[in-house]
Amino acid sequence: MAGGGMVLGFSWLASCAPTPEQIKSPPKEWFNINGFLKVGDNGLVTIMSPNPEIGQNVKTSMPMIIAEELDVDWKDVVVEQAGLDKVNFTRQLAGGSQSIRQGWQSLRMAGATARRMLLEAAAQQMQVPVAELSTDAGLISHKKSGKSVGYGEVASLAGTMTVPEEIELKDPKDFKIIGTSRKNVDGKDIVTGKPLYGLDVHREGMKIAMIAHPPAFGLKLKSFDASKAKAMPGIMDVFEINTAPEDRQWSDTNAFTNLVAVVGNSTWEVMKAKKALEIEWEEDSKLESSINHEEILSDFVESGKAKASRKDGNPSAAFASAAKVVERTFSAPFLAHNTMEPMNFFAHVTAEKAELEGPIQTPEFMSKSVASLLGMPEENISIMMTRMGGGFGRRLYGHFGLEAAAISQKINAPVKLVYTREDDMTQGTYRPAYKVTYKAGLDENNKLVAFQVRGAGTHGSPLFANRYPAGAVDNYMVEEFAKDSNISTGAWRAPRSNFIACAEQSFLDEVAEAAGKDPIEFRLELFDRAIKDPVGEKNDYDAERYAGVLKLVKEKSGWGKDMPGVHRGVSAYFCHNSYVAQVVDVVMEDGQPKVQKVWCAVDCGIVVNPDAALNQIEGGIVDGIGHAMYSGLSFTDGKSDQSNFDKYRLIRHREAPTEIETFFVDNGIDPTGLGEPSLPPVAAALANALYQADGERRSQQPFMNEELRNRYKLNVTG
Amino acid sequence: MATFNLKVNGKEHQVEVAPDTPVLWVLRDHLQLVGTKFGCGMAQCGACTIHVDGNAMRSCSVPVQSVADKSLTTIEGLSEKGDHPLQEAWIEHDVPQCGYCQAGQIMNAAAFLKDNPNPTDEEIATAMNGNICRCGTYLRIKAAIKTAANNMS
Repeated sequence: MAGGGMVLGFSWLASCAPTPEQIKSPPKEWFNINGFLKVGDNGLVTIMSPNPEIGQNVKTSMPMIIAEELDVDWKDVVVEQAGLDKVNFTRQLAGGSQSIRQGWQSLRMAGATARRMLLEAAAQQMQVPVAELSTDAGLISHKKSGKSVGYGEVASLAGTMTVPEEIELKDPKDFKIIGTSRKNVDGKDIVTGKPLYGLDVHREGMKIAMIAHPPAFGLKLKSFDASKAKAMPGIMDVFEINTAPEDRQWSDTNAFTNLVAVVGNSTWEVMKAKKALEIEWEEDSKLESSINHEEILSDFVESGKAKASRKDGNPSAAFASAAKVVERTFSAPFLAHNTMEPMNFFAHVTAEKAELEGPIQTPEFMSKSVASLLGMPEENISIMMTRMGGGFGRRLYGHFGLEAAAISQKINAPVKLVYTREDDMTQGTYRPAYKVTYKAGLDENNKLVAFQVRGAGTHGSPLFANRYPAGAVDNYMVEEFAKDSNISTGAWRAPRSNFIACAEQSFLDEVAEAAGKDPIEFRLELFDRAIKDPVGEKNDYDAERYAGVLKLVKEKSGWGKDMPGVHRGVSAYFCHNSYVAQVVDVVMEDGQPKVQKVWCAVDCGIVVNPDAALNQIEGGIVDGIGHAMYSGLSFTDGKSDQSNFDKYRLIRHREAPTEIETFFVDNGIDPTGLGEPSLPPVAAALANALYQADGERRSQQPFMNEELRNRYKLNVTG
Repeated sequence: MATFNLKVNGKEHQVEVAPDTPVLWVLRDHLQLVGTKFGCGMAQCGACTIHVDGNAMRSCSVPVQSVADKSLTTIEGLSEKGDHPLQEAWIEHDVPQCGYCQAGQIMNAAAFLKDNPNPTDEEIATAMNGNICRCGTYLRIKAAIKTAANNMS
């Protein structure tokens, strides 16, 4: 972290988001204190938000943490989105619900060291010992003399102070900003339609580009005739690009690297020209269909071909002597991310440098891949992150940035690459299709004595071997299997957990019923075992915190009371370092289930921005219910059967829960994940409530989309 | 190519585009009014909702030649200072997550509230059912529409 000098304050509003309450005018001069912030001569503070904003609201919450330790009034803060800056920032990444958790210490340090430098400057200027000074909301006071100065008055001097190596952080009980609800710093710009997103980027002389990719997984480009397209109005060029960088990383996941690019003056002209392309594709590998996936995954879970990734006790003996055995298989289809803003990116590549701007969750990785693709040193590449119209994991995989760079390099002009919805949905990095079989053995006292799960997926198993109920059952086994596929898959909001939580927590409901126990009591008994006498040493969760959210949701929802006409289901899950328990209340309306209310208890440690946190929880719940009920992607001969929202069903207003009530555990623990943890458990709470409504156990997702389910059934042709 | 005279947010514009160009792309590419969003291109998601003579329309599926003599309003022109009761309610309820669909949601809600200033929850859900929010902010959208309706009455 380097101290710095004066910077000029022109055009500051162009890229800054004033906090909604802000009243101060822009200052005449800004003074850099460190990489995270600068202070204006009038006390206004600009705080850089280092991480990509995908709707998880870090552009508000990360600066709040800095402002807390800096001890400024939030209304005197403007927030600026940082671009990729490896000198000043680390982990500029949106993923794994880790921005706040992993940024917590460094953001606090950034604010606290800046505050210390301002104090040192004030001490020098006021000729008093620094220990006699205190701060409050941007004002430095010397109690003995009654004198005070504003941050703005000492900012110039503060920038020249030595950066302190050790610094004391606030006691959380003294927090004034953290733990209070602050509105989205981009709120006003969003509701007035200001250019914020990648698709809104515009530059003088900028061209528009689109790409044509193989229509099915397993196909590759053979040849193309662009004569018709090239003759169309507004079309500049049509050519082939190869976007595989020499050093391919995980973030370059993408099935199609040989593409046809169409470049022109406007989006509509390019869209029309793309349709006029005559392209021949050829088979590169097997064209897969969803019934093949079903077959292969079923073969695995039935025959058990893989080795165990965890084994406690002697499961086979325990099952053999069990009084009761419960078994069920669960499955779920591929899912597309379907961010509302389709993939896009701006690039301007010249002989000397490459400037990129757009929606990307992994700018550090994109920078490396672009450098490799263009054969350019990484220091010549700049990446600016725009606000993103959704991420959900899709924008971890930045091939669209490479495509834009390759096109710009070829045409030697600035270009914005735009995907249509169809481009977006048919060349995704999908949530894999999954299948698992659970088996539980109860003894004559209805105690869970054996537990086994076999799980399989396209590209990777959905299982976490060391998560609950590992540690709570003496005889326990996990077996995993991953099927190769040419369909590209990747992280989708709460990877693996988004499926396995539903399967596991639905199954435990069934086991509790077989044991004749209340589903919450049954789970608590298992947690009790894991607390008092855990089986094995590698259990990934804290059983007390886990049980804590379950007890909290039990109390708040009034679990166990008589509610005529209301069917209730419960679920609890741990992921992304946070604990969530939910109760779903379903009522039947005209023969259709309607989610009346979701009760949600969350333990994610300190909550930085409570109302925004509630929004994340609510969004995860709606997302989880929507995908479990309606959504899915299926394939026929390598081609996805859905390519737009006419066939791919997403949850809509009428299907959303009527009410969601959330309760946070107040324990003062450093914050953990929030963007993902509320999604995984809700599908099971819903499935368990639906079971109470009609006696049917839901084991195949999506519950309310029979057409999609049929596409994954062996005996039904699609 | 043909020349079209368009009235957008009270201002006259002249554009030279192919007659089948969707209004969405005229707004975004030719008039630099990018508040209207591209989501699906087939009137399924509502992100591109604007008002044509006061009625909510999906601008991705309306060719420019069909609106030449009509008055268009986009999110940029819904209010002069960004203080339409819906815009204010959206901020009060801190509705947006990613925010991308919200201009379309607001435009759809604004046309709806003009026809039905005192909607029930059921009527709100039905009227808004064509607008997808992938982040799942539906409950807040509903609450904001109710607040705006109260403030407008």
